[in-house]
Amino acid sequence: MDASLKIVIVDENPIRAAILEEGLREAGHVQVVRIEDTTRLLARVYAIDPDVILIDLENPSRDVLEQMFQVSRAVKRPVAMFVDQSDKASIEAAVDAGVSAYIVGSLRKDRVKNILDLCISRFNAFARLQDELDRTRSALEERKVIDRAKGILMNAKNLSEEAAYALLRKTAMNENKKIAEVAQSVITAAELFK
Amino acid sequence: MSGEKLRIGFIPLADAATVIVAADKGFTAQEGLDVELVREVSWSNIRDKLNVGLFDAAHLIAPIAIASSLGLGHIKVPIAAPFVLGTNGNAITVSPTLHAAIAEAADGDITDPAVSGRALARVVARRKAKGGEPMTFGMTFPFSTHNYQLRFWMAAAGVDPDEDVRLVVLPPPYMVESLANKHVDGFCVGAPWNSVAVDLGIGFILHFVSEILARAAEKVLGVRSTWAQENPDTLTRLLRAHGRAAAFIEDLANRDEVSAMLAAPHRIGVAAEVIRRTLDGRLKVAPDGTVRASARYLLVGREDAARPDPVQAAWLYAQMVRWGQAPLSPELLAVAEGVFRPDLYDAALGKPLEPFVGESADRIGAFAGPAFDPNDVAAHLAAWKIGRR
Repeated sequence: MDASLKIVIVDENPIRAAILEEGLREAGHVQVVRIEDTTRLLARVYAIDPDVILIDLENPSRDVLEQMFQVSRAVKRPVAMFVDQSDKASIEAAVDAGVSAYIVGSLRKDRVKNILDLCISRFNAFARLQDELDRTRSALEERKVIDRAKGILMNAKNLSEEAAYALLRKTAMNENKKIAEVAQSVITAAELFK
Repeated sequence: MSGEKLRIGFIPLADAATVIVAADKGFTAQEGLDVELVREVSWSNIRDKLNVGLFDAAHLIAPIAIASSLGLGHIKVPIAAPFVLGTNGNAITVSPTLHAAIAEAADGDITDPAVSGRALARVVARRKAKGGEPMTFGMTFPFSTHNYQLRFWMAAAGVDPDEDVRLVVLPPPYMVESLANKHVDGFCVGAPWNSVAVDLGIGFILHFVSEILARAAEKVLGVRSTWAQENPDTLTRLLRAHGRAAAFIEDLANRDEVSAMLAAPHRIGVAAEVIRRTLDGRLKVAPDGTVRASARYLLVGREDAARPDPVQAAWLYAQMVRWGQAPLSPELLAVAEGVFRPDLYDAALGKPLEPFVGESADRIGAFAGPAFDPNDVAAHLAAWKIGRR
């Protein structure tokens, strides 16, 4: 592994950036710099003078980096990762994962291929994590709604907790809805009757 | 909704109007197309997603379609532009300080770009004499109309855009903030961002680009050339839907509905009234409420503006050559001209009975320099002292 490479990560999402940085460090890259604030991005990048720049595709500042190919004042002339026509699969994988990589100067592409691969897998891992978090969060929300609806039914109909839940579940099955949806209707109705 | 699925990328700008209305007003659905619009944050993303096939079509700055077809700055993917989404529509906005300096240095009416350019040259010279840092101007992309329009205006007045000032790429949503915190002294961008700066009291619209070039192709509907070849029927239907959308937008009777549709949070996401100003070509140009109107501010479908004109592609290629982005060769010129596809437009929407007679014979109408001749790009380049060839 190439410890001499200086790598810049431009990502406004600090968690994802940290996950990526950790991956790069585990792979033996010690010179990793994160940029979260993209004000005066070009000046910052020039000051760091990296060999590789990684940027997330949600970042509007990606267009700022594209200018680096044009600027004659630049010490080094960066080259896009994607210049290799034959490497369509890795372009697709990167775009799909939501990340783009730029190589600075005359660095050989095969030296950076594994960095991009690592980047893609970490970005995908982050997306899965995010997805899981979203699902957990919505499950938690549903749990709260169901608990409130149970409470309402227990009071209004003088039911036990089990019976209140069974009623919600039976109604949901009959109406072909999710229990959380029925529970939300119960809460809405109860609000109306207040 | 059933129908053939298409994904189309766009950037939240007023000249995405035709793409948005075609989908949201149901014109694409009537053609049996199930269009998913995807809002993007950068032109690089739009280009890459179109290139690798994640998008079937995209709202694209015209020079990106040409650069991609020539393989400039990135992988070479031939793009076809069978429909022009917007002609003109950009404006140059400057800070109150720079506006005052230009007004003070002017020898005439600063709405004339020759006068404002000369005044800018004096402001630049004074600043240099005092040992000040060069001024900075924002534009949206290296291969952009905004870049070429700023350069054309400045260089005509003797201001070298690479030596005398700095041009920097800024994403459109960051333009206003950069002007407010003085990172830039001015910028060239599309609607609605100029109006947003004026409304905040931090910018003056100095020029509509239509004052610099009477007719400048701005955004196109871009598809991969191979996709156009493989899906002629789908493309025809897509273009018909866009033709109807453009006519719908240009009909004044629909303006409120269109402005509201474009203003939606998941589309452009600014106040409908600001969009309406753009479509009407009546813009507040100064924080005190001064309004400037132009029938040429943004052409969506009228005056045959939606029909691609290869002369426009040739002019854009000439700018790439002038500023050192591309070498001059008849082959590359032919490729650039071939990106604009009036033949595909005509096949879907019918050829106009009579060609539109514009006010400028060369169909560009630049405020300075000789008429543009696409068969003699060298003469166009030779007419200018400043360039990076």
